[in-house]
Amino acid sequence: MVRRFAALLLILALGAVFLPLFLAYHPDTSLNPTALYYAERTAQDLGAANIVTAIVVTYRGLDTLGEVTVLFLSAAIVGLVLARDRLTPRPHTRVPAGELLTTGSRLLAPLIMLLGVYIFSNGHLTPGGGFQGGAVIASGVLLLLLADPERRFGHRIIGFIESLSGVAYVLIGLAGLYYAGGFLDNRILPTGQVGQLFSAGAIPLIYSLIGLKVGSEFSSILADLSETEEL
Amino acid sequence: MAQISLATGFLLILIGFYGALTQRNLMRMIVGFTIADSGVNLVIVAIGYMHGRTAPIIDSTLPAGEAPARIIDPVPQALVLTAIVIGVGVTALMLAYAYKLYQAKRTLDISTFTELKW
Repeated sequence: MVRRFAALLLILALGAVFLPLFLAYHPDTSLNPTALYYAERTAQDLGAANIVTAIVVTYRGLDTLGEVTVLFLSAAIVGLVLARDRLTPRPHTRVPAGELLTTGSRLLAPLIMLLGVYIFSNGHLTPGGGFQGGAVIASGVLLLLLADPERRFGHRIIGFIESLSGVAYVLIGLAGLYYAGGFLDNRILPTGQVGQLFSAGAIPLIYSLIGLKVGSEFSSILADLSETEEL
Repeated sequence: MAQISLATGFLLILIGFYGALTQRNLMRMIVGFTIADSGVNLVIVAIGYMHGRTAPIIDSTLPAGEAPARIIDPVPQALVLTAIVIGVGVTALMLAYAYKLYQAKRTLDISTFTELKW
């Protein structure tokens, strides 16, 4: 009871912090200088149609590299924490998945993965990108795991795709340092015409690599969690 | 409009933290944290919202020249995009630790883990 009361008190204090923030909120009527810069310069400087993508991949590309690293770190720690349990063989007492799930996953999983590839390769044109596409690819992997929990994915292949795309991402960033304006500058390739698939310089390339990396990281987390399911 | 999402976001943060603080089951605590996580994302997106404007994507209906006058703030969206992914990673990490703790004590009740209690 005391514990619950203390928690309530803390939440009320936090609410008291939020209340003035909420009351003092006035919606902007025009973009702030940072957003205005991005809105004005993205199309002519970078050639990307999706301004959010331009911010994520180019203007704040270093931030995104760090974020992909954090994701890699969490995937690696999940693998490390669950590592020992994977060695012990489990008893085969499973009920097989239903006919609908098995057949449906056979039909849907390739389509879902194709959709993921579409989403990350069109990240500079549509509201998609590497993170969304990677998550969609991992959802295809999740469907396969649901249909057949005994299925084993090659950790070696997942790890290979993951590290290869990570290394290529950094190399493209370094190429920007020598051939364009700075680290992760997308103008190492021609920016082309806004709205075309092959435009925005290296952004589609970088976002595809991010998509592969995020997809393989999520897939490895799912595989790790699935393989330690039995207790 | 933005006020509603802002209030919802703040409320979700409070609900999530209250749940994380009062629940005894590790799984429920993790759910609390993810609710708070969604709340934070909602607040950030709501701050970037501007009435009567459109998504920051240039296409045939939104020429590049009109973008500064017609799009909403793209920066919060970029921040939330990354925050969501980090949230998934953190949740996976919490679940892995919860699994290990369950393995150690065969229970998810947080009050049985007294080793670090003072």
